[in-house]
Amino acid sequence: MKKYTFTEKKDTRSGFGAGMQVLGQTNPNVVALCADLVGSLKLDAFIKENPERFIQCGISEANMIGMAAGLTIGGKIPFATTFANFATSRVYDQVRQSVAYSHKNVKICASHAGLTLGEDGATHQVLEDLGMMKMLPGMTVINPCDYNQTKAATIAIAEYDGPVYLRFGRPVIPVFTDPDQKFEIGKAWMVNEGTDVSIFATGHLVWEAIQAGEMLEAEGINAEIINIHTIKPLDEKAILASVKKTGCAVSAEEHQVAGGLGDSIAQVLIQKHLAPLEYVGVKDTFGESGTPAQLMEKYGLSAKAIVEAAKRAISRKK
Amino acid sequence: MTELQSIASQVRRDILRMVHGCQSGHPGGSLGCADLLVALYFQQMKINNRKGKGGYLSFNMDGKGEDLFYLSNGHISPVFYSVLARRGYFDVTELATFRKLNSRLQGHPTTHEHLPGIRIASGSLGQGLSVAIGSALSKKLNGDKTLVYCLMGDGEQQEGQVWEAVQFAPNNNVDNLVAFVDVNGQQIDGSTKKVNDNRDLGAKYKAFGWRVLHVDGNNMDELTTLLRKIKRLVGKGQPIAVMMKTEMGQGVDFMMHSHKWHGVAPNDAQLEQALSQLEETLGDY
Ligand SMILES: Cc1ncc(C[n+]2csc(CCOP(=O)(O)OP(=O)(O)O)c2C)c(N)n1
Ligand SMILES: [Mg+2]
Repeated sequence: MKKYTFTEKKDTRSGFGAGMQVLGQTNPNVVALCADLVGSLKLDAFIKENPERFIQCGISEANMIGMAAGLTIGGKIPFATTFANFATSRVYDQVRQSVAYSHKNVKICASHAGLTLGEDGATHQVLEDLGMMKMLPGMTVINPCDYNQTKAATIAIAEYDGPVYLRFGRPVIPVFTDPDQKFEIGKAWMVNEGTDVSIFATGHLVWEAIQAGEMLEAEGINAEIINIHTIKPLDEKAILASVKKTGCAVSAEEHQVAGGLGDSIAQVLIQKHLAPLEYVGVKDTFGESGTPAQLMEKYGLSAKAIVEAAKRAISRKK
Repeated sequence: MTELQSIASQVRRDILRMVHGCQSGHPGGSLGCADLLVALYFQQMKINNRKGKGGYLSFNMDGKGEDLFYLSNGHISPVFYSVLARRGYFDVTELATFRKLNSRLQGHPTTHEHLPGIRIASGSLGQGLSVAIGSALSKKLNGDKTLVYCLMGDGEQQEGQVWEAVQFAPNNNVDNLVAFVDVNGQQIDGSTKKVNDNRDLGAKYKAFGWRVLHVDGNNMDELTTLLRKIKRLVGKGQPIAVMMKTEMGQGVDFMMHSHKWHGVAPNDAQLEQALSQLEETLGDY
């Protein structure tokens, strides 16, 4: 099994900020919008270098999404940014009608997703955003796993023509992917090949899955770990190839199990290759205040939870 | 110090100690609004003083026959929690659990953990005034003459939903409603003027049909005078809006005159320096 190490920890939102800085220098059509959360979104460098291409919306997310849609008419590539809850549930109809249905080239970039937002609590901890966004026809949904991958994804979505939801977060986590990676939308990343169980993880759960893989290896279980950074369009080919080999699967995401990555994988397996699937995700409950580590533990989103799910999946194999 | 001022001093100490205790949360707006919440809960509002389990105030969600308060700018939960505890809804020692795992004192107010005194979740800005209007309409349908108070931030006024509510209330004679706007001129990214200027907020509310009043929200005498006046103005066909000028971080010199302390917790030395400026009047929790 390939060993992954890291020398530093960083937040994925800073990867977004770094990607935005690059786009500011390389793509004159990129415009950034924010709703009174510039520091949290790490936009300072972009704003400093491109003040005329930054739009401070104030606390008016619905207006921000509408303006972003309008900016595309004339060729701008708007990156509309705020906390994930306010970028999705707060403005769902604006996203649905003005962005998705109208098929506008808007990049909705959302930080502080999920439980790892921490102490602010459930009002801010959106755990339904991937589901809401992936249900919209034509919407691309991306949830990268570390600083480098978030930076690469940020740069890549500017090249893609169409609406995108890019999700990232607040906690500092290991940086373990290649700093020079090319991000391919819709192409799953094989983290570790294995034969006994396929672990499909997204976002912050990818590092946990790698840890789980090592724990399973110590028990003689050979797990295949795949990073599904693009939840839509889903890399069905990679999923099917893996599960045909291993015979069972685990999904791992910082999201409600209802409607998340796991359900997308379940649809593929049910229709094309029946196999046991175990979900690691939040089970129909709201979050709460606490430190990110405490919450990931309490709500069952840890490496340990992935190990247990893998064993359950394996035991269900015929 | 008057009695209300001495309670406010203790509430400010509570706020600082709470955000220090979990190294997160929002001291700035909390300190600015401490005087209003104290004046409301310790003098103005008609509250059921019956004691229930453990000697704490018995809390009833429907609040019939009681004045109700809604905090729309939920991030200033520290001031809300401190005032509720000091008023007797739950033990002040529980303030130490603020923003910690398994606490009823969530980062933003919530009904989910059943904390006495809270009637609606808030935190996502812009929603509280609509809820307050609904609650006021419910009182009217019940023939209940008590009042509904609501507090919002001034940055929060940038949310569209606020203006849907502002338009609705006068058109529907919601005259048992008093809405306060915390006009501290600050929000996260800087001054409200710079971020997205509210311009003349009072004139806007007036144009929508509200009876508009102004007050210095950090002057307890002015506040209590205004609140007495409000009691005479309700029930006259118009909702009442108060443009309440405050100072973010009021009471702690180094937290005032900037937006910097909107959502930052003091470190040990800063806490000590801040507490030295506020008298401990009722005993720290
Ligand atoms: C819908 C929504 N958007 C953004 C935020 C993030 N946020 C929390 S407080 C705040 C600033 C609020 O400004 P103001 O109402 O003036 O309160 P103050 O900073 O004065 O306490 C923002 C943008 C939020 N909580 N809800
Ligand atoms: Mg303000």
